[in-house]
Amino acid sequence: MSSTTIVAQHVRRTSLAKRHPAALMGSLGVLAVVLSIYSLKVGATEVSFGNVLHALVGDRSDQAAAIVFDFQVPRVLLCWLIGTALAVSGAVMQGVIRNPLAAPDIIGVTKGAGFGGMLLLLAIPGVPVLAVVPAAFVGGLLAAGLVYLLAYRRGATPVRIALVGIAVSAAFEAGIRFLLVRKPLDVSAALIWLTGSLFGRSMSAVLEILPWVLVLVPLIVIWARKLDVLGLGDDLAAGLGEPVEKTRRLLLLFAVALAAAAVAVAGTIGFVGLIAPHMARRVFGGKHLASIPAAALFGVLLMLFADMIGRGLAPPLEIPAGLVTAVVGGPYFLYLLVKTGK
Amino acid sequence: MRLQAQGVQLAYDQKVIARDLTLTIPDGKVSVLIGPNGSGKSTALRALARLLPPAKGSVILDGKSIQDTPTKEVARLLAILPQVLVTPESISVEDLVWFGRHPHRTSLKVPSAADKEAVEWAMTVTSTAELRHQHVDQLSGGQRQRVWIALCLAQGTDLILLDEPTTYLDVAYQLEVLDLLHQLNQEQGKTVAMVLHDFNMAAEYADHVFVMKSGALVTQGTPEDVFTCDTIRDVFGVESKVVPHPVSGKPMCIPLRAGLRAQLSVATG
Repeated sequence: MSSTTIVAQHVRRTSLAKRHPAALMGSLGVLAVVLSIYSLKVGATEVSFGNVLHALVGDRSDQAAAIVFDFQVPRVLLCWLIGTALAVSGAVMQGVIRNPLAAPDIIGVTKGAGFGGMLLLLAIPGVPVLAVVPAAFVGGLLAAGLVYLLAYRRGATPVRIALVGIAVSAAFEAGIRFLLVRKPLDVSAALIWLTGSLFGRSMSAVLEILPWVLVLVPLIVIWARKLDVLGLGDDLAAGLGEPVEKTRRLLLLFAVALAAAAVAVAGTIGFVGLIAPHMARRVFGGKHLASIPAAALFGVLLMLFADMIGRGLAPPLEIPAGLVTAVVGGPYFLYLLVKTGK
Repeated sequence: MRLQAQGVQLAYDQKVIARDLTLTIPDGKVSVLIGPNGSGKSTALRALARLLPPAKGSVILDGKSIQDTPTKEVARLLAILPQVLVTPESISVEDLVWFGRHPHRTSLKVPSAADKEAVEWAMTVTSTAELRHQHVDQLSGGQRQRVWIALCLAQGTDLILLDEPTTYLDVAYQLEVLDLLHQLNQEQGKTVAMVLHDFNMAAEYADHVFVMKSGALVTQGTPEDVFTCDTIRDVFGVESKVVPHPVSGKPMCIPLRAGLRAQLSVATG
């Protein structure tokens, strides 16, 4: 009896996405656009949809429209870019490591990148912001390397990797806190590095992350079938002519770079990279050509919701988006941990 | 002969599995590598499939060192079905077979007519075409193994290597898989080389048998040459009686339990 129910659910779930995958993907995209426009209105300052419309057509004479243009538009754009970067990064990591618990924040890359970025900012005051992404990238790589050394060699289980990743994360977070104590930045900067926030981000932050997303995400989508092949196990993938080690390293490098770019502009926003790929796989199945763009859309939606809730819950107070994602993502992570650990 | 190992030393990290192994896979035949656990038969097969680079010596495919041939090119000449197979979540039969075309495709190109044809053909000869929309994880053991073999066939290679394709299968499924491989050899002229556990299955289906022990080739030849009481005792440490199969006439090894071993030694001694 129970087994028939499971099969029925199984079939229904996949057939919806299977029959109309493009339509479903399109609706997600439309939802994200609608939410983006609505989110331009939410915040500390009361603006009307008329102001939003003025801002969107570039009319800056209106003061409220100027606020929308200077503060809200970059935020929404960042939600898109960061959501995409984190989700695609997580999707690649889960595919390459073949571990449902893999994600930039779980395996320590996010905190490592935060530490790297912050170290640079403190070491060289007045360093151009464009240099923060490479520094974060180096920090992220360092964290990933540590996790690899401590857990990945010789068939580590998913849970083991997650545990080591959490330990490495904690170490880097301690590093970040130490740097903050030694050289106190202003409070908002501290918040950004610790929990992740989009508060006060301008168009320059958008330009900082844009090239990374614009180059790496299409590259990863083009390589979607390689990710699928890696999912068949090392021996069969190699038998099918895929240079497994080389492909895996390159893809992981891309994933770390995407996560680092996101961290460099918005700090450590947790769980988006873990949850979005899961949602995408559940709805669109395991083929990366569909699940990676879908993960990106889910990532964008999560970011938009998190940022909107953070801004709209108790204005003029701002709850960092990273805190909102942690509240939602924490329990989800525990659920996955229990499910995978069995 | 297209595929051979020449004096290869095989090792995982520091652990040497085989010291100096030389063997040639006969073209157009079904060959079986057999031996007790840890005899290095799977390791040898992995080396033949370029999955394990030899520490010394070389594996030669079509006159060239297989390690020096681009891996994608090798994948168009030789297919390998590993022992441990990972079935992607809720994947359909057809989608899984399509993976066989990976070595023939580039990232941006849409599948060609030749790709489609190869996939259809692979599903037809393995009788999996009617299962094409089913999920692989819902199939029986024998059906699932046929789908994996279809994936290898879609690669369009003449050489097919399989690492224990019948392990963990019920006997009916074992026969289903081995019958299919036999048929592919007979009708499509495929060269099949596989690792098997069961010497009676090996005797029944193999044209050529390689018997391995402790990383070395003990003997090779037709099942009639190879399966003798002495070889079975030497390699597997088992007393047995070898009799002709009542129907096929191939050698059958029947292991003897302790009481019967005593009887046998009385009768012959």
